[in-house]
Amino acid sequence: MKEKNFDATLGRVKTAMESGSRAPMWALVFETVVKILTGFVVAALAFILFTIITKGGPHVSWEFLSQPPRDTGMAGGVWPAIFGTFFVVLFMIMMAIPLGVFGAVYLVEYSRGGFAARVIRAAVSNLAGVPSIVFGLFGLGFFVLFVGRNLDYMVYDIPRSESELVEKRARLEANRTELEAEARTGAEAEAARRQLAPEEAQAFVAQRVVEATIPSTRPVFGQGAMFWAAATLALLVLPVIIVSTEEALRAVPLSLREASYALGSTKWQMVRNIVLPMARSGILTGAILAVSRGAGELAPVLFVGVAAFKPDLPLTDPVDFGLFEVPVVNPFTSFMHLNYHIYTLATQSPDPDATRGLQFATTAVLVLLTVALNLAAIRLRNLYSARNR
Amino acid sequence: MYREKAIEALLSVCATVSLVAIFLIFLFLFKEGIIAFKLAGVGDFIVAKISEVTFDPVTEEFTKTETTGYVWQPVSDQPKLSFVPLVWGSLLIAALAATVSTIVGIACGLYLSEMAGRKLRGRLKPLMELLVSIPTVVIGFFMLAIIAYPLRAFADWAGAALAPILGDWVSSIYTDTFNAFIGALGVSIVIIPVIASLVDDSLQSVPQDLRDGSFALGATRWQTSWRVVLPAGFSGVAAAVILGFGRALGETMIVVMCAGNAAQLSANPFDSVTTMTARIATEMGTAGVGSLHQHTLFLVGSTLVTVTFFLNLLAEVIVQKYRSRIVS
Repeated sequence: MKEKNFDATLGRVKTAMESGSRAPMWALVFETVVKILTGFVVAALAFILFTIITKGGPHVSWEFLSQPPRDTGMAGGVWPAIFGTFFVVLFMIMMAIPLGVFGAVYLVEYSRGGFAARVIRAAVSNLAGVPSIVFGLFGLGFFVLFVGRNLDYMVYDIPRSESELVEKRARLEANRTELEAEARTGAEAEAARRQLAPEEAQAFVAQRVVEATIPSTRPVFGQGAMFWAAATLALLVLPVIIVSTEEALRAVPLSLREASYALGSTKWQMVRNIVLPMARSGILTGAILAVSRGAGELAPVLFVGVAAFKPDLPLTDPVDFGLFEVPVVNPFTSFMHLNYHIYTLATQSPDPDATRGLQFATTAVLVLLTVALNLAAIRLRNLYSARNR
Repeated sequence: MYREKAIEALLSVCATVSLVAIFLIFLFLFKEGIIAFKLAGVGDFIVAKISEVTFDPVTEEFTKTETTGYVWQPVSDQPKLSFVPLVWGSLLIAALAATVSTIVGIACGLYLSEMAGRKLRGRLKPLMELLVSIPTVVIGFFMLAIIAYPLRAFADWAGAALAPILGDWVSSIYTDTFNAFIGALGVSIVIIPVIASLVDDSLQSVPQDLRDGSFALGATRWQTSWRVVLPAGFSGVAAAVILGFGRALGETMIVVMCAGNAAQLSANPFDSVTTMTARIATEMGTAGVGSLHQHTLFLVGSTLVTVTFFLNLLAEVIVQKYRSRIVS
């Protein structure tokens, strides 16, 4: 009884206070300043989006979206950049989703809050705090120079250092006659197969024979490539996926897990049939946020395979699928990227003012892409948080 | 049963990827960076040696003078690799950006948590997230194309208008079109929403009892949020500011695009500066594999990742300390 009276009084006092009848002047001033600053931030967001879309929108056309750039980027469209951004993000998410989701399943369902889980969580939050340019350095130092160069050495016998080059040169020199004969037979067979004209075939064979004893130093894996860029980005977005998956898994009620056990399922059956399907939309939200983050970062991929001007799409020679022959995406070449295209046009080109329209248009495409992804993620999250409530 | 064990092992491998990644990041940055110490002395990364050859037309003699200075000129006959101007630029931009975004970010967080009400808060929070999600290249481009030139024009106009009173003071202050101030402004656009939502989170975790008690004692809403809620959530706010500073130190593309990229020691925020991140971003592409330049850039990266690591650790420690106090 007493408490009820107290609550009512408190409520009345609160209303009186909140109506601001006794608010001193300076409090009003501070509150106004806080409101103005918040409004300013919202206005800044609106202004940025508005300017970029109104300035870039008129330049966005079907030609712009579907054509390659011309004149080192001074004219033409951005199709290769859209293509490159799309596939690097696709490869990224294909690597990051399994790692992130399974990692989060381990942390929430299996680790039982032990020491291992604490260490891994600390690592995840640390990984989220690493500056993006550091990921770029890591991508270069680890994926390209370490993994890539060593793969080249193991698969294609490409020397990794000066001493290995000298050694290989000596080795080739020792077997000169056999290697040249071998190259000649191979080249002649290929020339016959490709039905080259006699003088063409002769030149082709001669070139192959000369090449046979020159050690190749051109890296295949040990250079910037879409695959390494995707791997670098996957590490960058891993914390995003782990954290959102963990949240989604925790939101699944314990009773459902118990019911599943009661029906005799094993732990993995419970996770696969009950927990993961229930957490689906939460995981999807995390994946969309990761895609948006991955598409919006340039610093991590800056040294790991982006090309300033490469109008040809990063495709392989046509691959025979039996019924039809089509080229597929070659993940071990460099690629154009929307972010890098904006950066090079705006700061690296000889006359940035001449291509302002193109820059705004590219920016508008990128902004629309990331904003759409984020709105989708926010909407999805609201939907499932409403359902869970 | 073996199947279950195998699945658990597979899942634990996926979980350790983050741990392995953070370990490898430190390992490879330091591995590549430390080689720089073998190629040049430790002192060279603080004070660079500069030798100049001058020709005296009277005596017709060449004289070589050896001086030292805080100079970053990695691509020259005699590479000058002083970290001082880069660290200075990073600190200048991060300090400016952190100041702006601390004030605005705390204001936004305070508004979201204490003043906006449930419904408006639900609408504003996604907007903050949207602002964070805008690619940094876009922010950099926006500052470069939309903000920098009008600000230059305004400074010129103000300089001309105020010339009778101030002389050429304005033009001597507002030196470069692309400067530390523009860079810091761009960086704060990214940091403000980060600080705002961290502040909002930490204020939301302040128990409602404290607010009720304050209201019951007759405090106004402003008095309650300023004197009760904010101090109660202080450690969370402090952690947010530290994390914001760390983010500002690590920000790359905005700084590359609109801070001017001149490695100079200047306290004037309207001078062109460069940062550690900007030097890595612009020079790594042209630095030869295995060169002193490349290893030096890895060393810059090692410095950066170490500093941000300790900043994150500090923020984490502050939050943990606060949590244990609330619980006990």
